[in-house]
Amino acid sequence: MKLLEGIPDPEVPVLNIIDLGIVRDVRVYPTPEVESNFVFHTDRNGLGVTVIITPTYVGCPAVDMIKATIQMTLTSAGYYPVEVRTTLFPAWTTEWLSEEARGKLEAFGIAPPNPVSSVCHLEPFQREEAVSCPRCRSCHTEMISPFGSTACKAMYRCLDCQEPFDYFKCH
Amino acid sequence: MLPSLYEYLLYLGDNTLILGHRNSEWCGHGPALELDIALTNISLDLIGQARLYYQYAASETAWQSEDTIAYLRDAHQFRNLLLVEQPNGDWAHTILRQFLFSSFQHHLYNYLRESSDPTIAAISNKSYKEVAYHLRWSSEWVIRMGDGTQESHQRMLTALEDLWMFTGEFFLPAPYEDQLPTGIQPLPAPLMQGFWMDRIKEVFSAAGLPVPASPGFQSGGKTGRHTEYLGYVLAEMQFLQRAYPGSNW
Ligand SMILES: [Zn+2]
Repeated sequence: MKLLEGIPDPEVPVLNIIDLGIVRDVRVYPTPEVESNFVFHTDRNGLGVTVIITPTYVGCPAVDMIKATIQMTLTSAGYYPVEVRTTLFPAWTTEWLSEEARGKLEAFGIAPPNPVSSVCHLEPFQREEAVSCPRCRSCHTEMISPFGSTACKAMYRCLDCQEPFDYFKCH
Repeated sequence: MLPSLYEYLLYLGDNTLILGHRNSEWCGHGPALELDIALTNISLDLIGQARLYYQYAASETAWQSEDTIAYLRDAHQFRNLLLVEQPNGDWAHTILRQFLFSSFQHHLYNYLRESSDPTIAAISNKSYKEVAYHLRWSSEWVIRMGDGTQESHQRMLTALEDLWMFTGEFFLPAPYEDQLPTGIQPLPAPLMQGFWMDRIKEVFSAAGLPVPASPGFQSGGKTGRHTEYLGYVLAEMQFLQRAYPGSNW
């Protein structure tokens, strides 16, 4: 777990993958001494590990990168074999973001998702949920676009301090 | 894997891959930065869905992968709806195409969430919320354009004339759909038409657009008989893998 906390989300680097809530399970098990010809493996710790993660958005290109980083991090810490599996069920939701994560997002200038998840309603031009500006905390804000710089964000602007900001949208 | 299931997975994946590719052609050409970003985000979601369906379709054969499915098939092996391969045209065509498809996909995934096939259920459930964003965004644009200026209204009418004919195919089951074991597609395609029409009527009435009286009559994509446009899409999308097989990032 400690090792996994060191792995950032490539798209929102202030969050690590534990904060994001995408690590669903970590199974560590002892492995019998396996003989190997590879010198690299002399520093094995005798443990194998299986990590199960779930993607945030299906098209999120960060998932492959996260998998590779987990693989590298755990392998270089001596685990062997390291297996990273993805599961789609249960589906990830922003409600799984840790409390700590919400604070980190806000400090980074990204408005965290509202705690009561209100996922996109189909009604056109409905009023958007109130999002408070991460700079001045004003709730007098408006959405510019439901699609932002990455799959997980929407673009907002603050009508008081006039700054645009990202909102980590409910999902 | 049952051949009917395999083909059905191709149908689901090909729809989203081809529409995702079409939308991605707008990248860098959107009428405004926000719209460029919106369309590329939608592309990313759609291509992500295609990857999941292809991974599942490829999961039982050693020689196949999501990449061989996407890059090494010819046009007649693609199972996508004719609608999604139609050229981008102007903004009216692009958003109407997205709206017609998303409104169908939203119902389709709603039912597939209850599929007796756990992988299809998980993929559809996962993608359902994303599709809601696509549907709302495209509905709003249909209304803005239809209820906008005379020019934008006229462009929507032209787009409607060009694209409506491809919508009937959504609800015409292909042979592989009929052969699917019961429960995989909980609501057969023809029964979805009424729900889809409700949404169309609601948005078109807000947009001041007429709902065409005739049903869409063009079909064939689901069984591999495509319009000339698909070949051009594939030529561009598959070129690299065909010229340099197995090349990697
Ligand atoms: Zn502010």
